[in-house]
Amino acid sequence: MLEAFNFRVILEYMPLFLKCFMATLWLSGAGLLGSLVVGTLACAMRISRSKLLSGAAGVYIESIRSTPLLAQIYFFYFGLPSLGIMVTEEMTGVIALTLNSGAYMAEILRAGVQSVPFGQIEAAVASSLNYFQRMRYVVLPQALGVTIPPMLGQAIVLVKDSALLSLISITELTRAGQIMTSERFMPAEGFLTTAVFYLVIYFVLKSVAAWSEKRLIFHESR
Amino acid sequence: MWTYYLTQLVHSLPFFLKGLWMTVAVSGISLVAGTILGFLWGIIRTRRSKFLYHLIGAWVDLIRGTPFLVQIFIVFFILPEAGIHLDAFPAAIISLTNLGACFICEIVAAGIRSVPWGQKEAATASGLTQLQQLRYVVMPQAMKTILPPLVGQYVLLIKDSSVVSAIGVMDVTRAGWLTVQRVPQGLMVFALVGILYFIICYPLIRLSNLLEKKMGRGTTSF
Repeated sequence: MLEAFNFRVILEYMPLFLKCFMATLWLSGAGLLGSLVVGTLACAMRISRSKLLSGAAGVYIESIRSTPLLAQIYFFYFGLPSLGIMVTEEMTGVIALTLNSGAYMAEILRAGVQSVPFGQIEAAVASSLNYFQRMRYVVLPQALGVTIPPMLGQAIVLVKDSALLSLISITELTRAGQIMTSERFMPAEGFLTTAVFYLVIYFVLKSVAAWSEKRLIFHESR
Repeated sequence: MWTYYLTQLVHSLPFFLKGLWMTVAVSGISLVAGTILGFLWGIIRTRRSKFLYHLIGAWVDLIRGTPFLVQIFIVFFILPEAGIHLDAFPAAIISLTNLGACFICEIVAAGIRSVPWGQKEAATASGLTQLQQLRYVVMPQAMKTILPPLVGQYVLLIKDSSVVSAIGVMDVTRAGWLTVQRVPQGLMVFALVGILYFIICYPLIRLSNLLEKKMGRGTTSF
């Protein structure tokens, strides 16, 4: 198998792979930005005092967390047109990634906010800070540090999850491997090249996560 | 029109239940095999051999850094080139078991490291053999740290098993995908798929949360 490994064909397909690499980056990047917005909203609803808001966010988070992403992608891919909503595959993909990742982001943020000891908030109230001042100067600076490493972990998951979008015929990295396999019948070259590109993203994000974790511990020990 | 589709969906319910059985079979077998393999790797990782530590570490990084879909494609399309022909079912089991083992290995290794070093020294001083130490001293304490994330990992694996539908395993997701070709109501069809996954995953998520609370209390009293 490996003695027949054809690097020339990989080189020939490199422009396609690079294009698809960028597609994976922007799809997961858009998903990440979207999930930060959705996650912040869902987290704010989940920890709010209103039973209705908290319940709605709970239903959203739990139903996303107990169903597979692939089923969610198909749900939007086959479901949106039956509602009469016509969007491109890319749009469908970004929506699915955003809503899926948003639920996990909400949980990460909630864990961060709840990691701030209640005494801190009491002290802030006693110092007569108002709600926004409490959030801005007391809660968020402490909560955000804790949330950044798991958020980077979620970003890694998001990049890997974006591979599933190839199943609704979005041209991204995994699709590039499939294209090469079907055009040249070279699955080894195609999918191993795909894997290498994902590993590049993984190791970059992983080292950033490790670095941020170290910085965080430094902050805490200070 | 909706009621018509609904009756059609009800008629294909046996088909979905067959798919559910397949999902349970694929993830059940992989969970058991992955747990055994993962515990083995995890225990080996905490032993003295630097070589095995790095070997397993590198493998875990490779698996964690690439999407599961790409891994399945590699097993299903590239192994035949090396002369190993696999049906979709064994290919799915192999890749899911390996994925599970890699994540469980990290959980187990972290659990073993969480046991205070003095415990091992005391066990050695009491004249216990390596195996006895593991069996009677280290593992019972490590299980407290291992169990909650382990159950959480099971949920992730069951959800990941939906990806094997891409190589034609007839699981719930595949059943939904085939049904939606005949019943053009994507929302309804994949809501049903989602509900079926929810029935399996949600109790496990609750169990994981419960264990986390219980074990958390256990370790503080320790």
